[in-house]
Amino acid sequence: MTFVIACPNCGPREALEFSFGGETTRRAGPEASEQELAGYLFFRDNVMGRQIEWWLHRDGCRKWFLAERNTMTNQIERTFWPHERGRTA
Amino acid sequence: MHPIRYFKPWKMWRRHDLKKAYDVVIVGGGAHGLAVAYELAKRGVRNVAVLEKNYIGAGGSGRNTTIIRANYRTPEGVAFYKESLRLYEHLAQELDYNLLFSQQGHLTLAHAERALITAQERAEVNRLLGVDSRVIYPDEIAKLCPVLDLSDRPDFPIMGALYHPPGGVIRHDAVVWAYARQADRLGIEIHQDTEVTGIDVENGRIKGVRTNRGDIAAPVVLSAVAGWTSEIARMAGVRVPIVTHPLQAFVTEPLKPFLHVILVSATLHIYISQTDRGEVLIGSEIEPYTSYSQSSTLNFLEVTAHHAVELVPILGRVRMMRAWGGLCDVTPDYSPIMGETPVEGFYLDAGWGTYGFKATPICGVTMADLIVSGQVPELIKPFALSRFWDRELVSEIAAAAVSH
Ligand SMILES: Cc1cc2nc3c(=O)[nH]c(=O)nc-3n(C[C@H](O)[C@H](O)[C@H](O)COP(=O)(O)OP(=O)(O)OC[C@H]3O[C@@H](n4cnc5c(N)ncnc54)[C@H](O)[C@@H]3O)c2cc1C
Ligand SMILES: [Zn+2]
Repeated sequence: MTFVIACPNCGPREALEFSFGGETTRRAGPEASEQELAGYLFFRDNVMGRQIEWWLHRDGCRKWFLAERNTMTNQIERTFWPHERGRTA
Repeated sequence: MHPIRYFKPWKMWRRHDLKKAYDVVIVGGGAHGLAVAYELAKRGVRNVAVLEKNYIGAGGSGRNTTIIRANYRTPEGVAFYKESLRLYEHLAQELDYNLLFSQQGHLTLAHAERALITAQERAEVNRLLGVDSRVIYPDEIAKLCPVLDLSDRPDFPIMGALYHPPGGVIRHDAVVWAYARQADRLGIEIHQDTEVTGIDVENGRIKGVRTNRGDIAAPVVLSAVAGWTSEIARMAGVRVPIVTHPLQAFVTEPLKPFLHVILVSATLHIYISQTDRGEVLIGSEIEPYTSYSQSSTLNFLEVTAHHAVELVPILGRVRMMRAWGGLCDVTPDYSPIMGETPVEGFYLDAGWGTYGFKATPICGVTMADLIVSGQVPELIKPFALSRFWDRELVSEIAAAAVSH
């Protein structure tokens, strides 16, 4: 067993059904400087603790959604759709 | 003398009270932190503290699968790991400690035309830089490793391999202890159970660190915490291009020696070696998600054991003994991040991903040279943090994603 993720569409499933999409980032716009572009492409917060991140339900409904996970325990605190993220992500 | 008293255990390193100030503070008591401490002491810098939140070797240094090799893909990488391998060859004498280094040879199996081409490219780069490495075919592979399934029965038949004779394995704990003992003898302080909880920076200069045992002033702080680098760098206000992924491994029950070469299959995502204790040591690639959890998973065991039996069928009847996980600080180009940061006096030895143990001796030498002289050694110039802004990445993905 790895850990369980609750797809907002399909409910709780083993993490193996999902693909990890990394922590949420702020996309660099067309006006971005080289520095900002490098920051967006390569640099990450990589927090030890609660992280908001992307998951794809690859072997299920094939939808992308967000999860808040404790990266020390892999406990998923909540999952939600991108439009529900408000200011937290 | 009474034999019990004669054999009373002597201390490998001593305990100390934490002082208020040091010339150099090294965060992380893994092989890298201890190697830098030892090399600093050799250069006369001895007012040094190594701070380890757990016990020394608790991180990747005590959890890795100990593969040492120099057959990388880029000229920068090959030059660097080649020098490290050379230092490893003499390390037991240098540190006066039996490290059980065995250069049994390393085979990267190719299961497809494309993989053979990559192997040819690596062999060329290696040869040009004086690293012993060549492509061999099934008849020669069979002689080196009769237990491999070389038939065309498996899903991925073996078409050839990159053979690297000087590649080998070493006893990882012994490397950690040997560096610690020698550093201690030269006057370095090793502080276990000492966690860095903050870093003080003033006007872009390092001032010192905060720990669970009190604050320390220091003009130089080196972060050598591998999987935990993002957290330490954040304390200093430095952003890093690193994500932390778990990597797992397991060993079987001990068997008589039968496997005299290290096997790597990138296609099957596994590698296999036999330790001096006879255990068959089997590892894989990183988990596909970031995490700071070091526990192992059943999925890893199932998939990895399955592929191991595909390569070496006689393993099918062997029992598994122990499994574990460790953390890997993965960079976008699978090369390390070494040297200066935007904060003056704050140095990084990081980005070791799944391959940093083999770099231990050369990291000790180059980081100590940098700290003592202020000059970045040629060998590590390509690995500066600034390469990510200057777009000068050093891509080792072809040589480091599954072979560690
Ligand atoms: C399963 C596995 C297999 C591997 N196989 C290989 C291999 O075959 N070959 C190879 O070359 N490499 C391999 N690696 C990679 C290798 O283990 C690492 O790159 C290497 O050990 C890094 O050494 P280090 O000294 O930099 O870090 P570590 O040994 O991880 O030491 C870092 C230390 O920092 C301490 N620390 C963290 N935070 C703090 C804090 N706040 N305060 C104080 N201390 C702190 C930790 O407790 C830890 O002891 C493998 C890794 C794993 C997990
Ligand atoms: Zn779903």
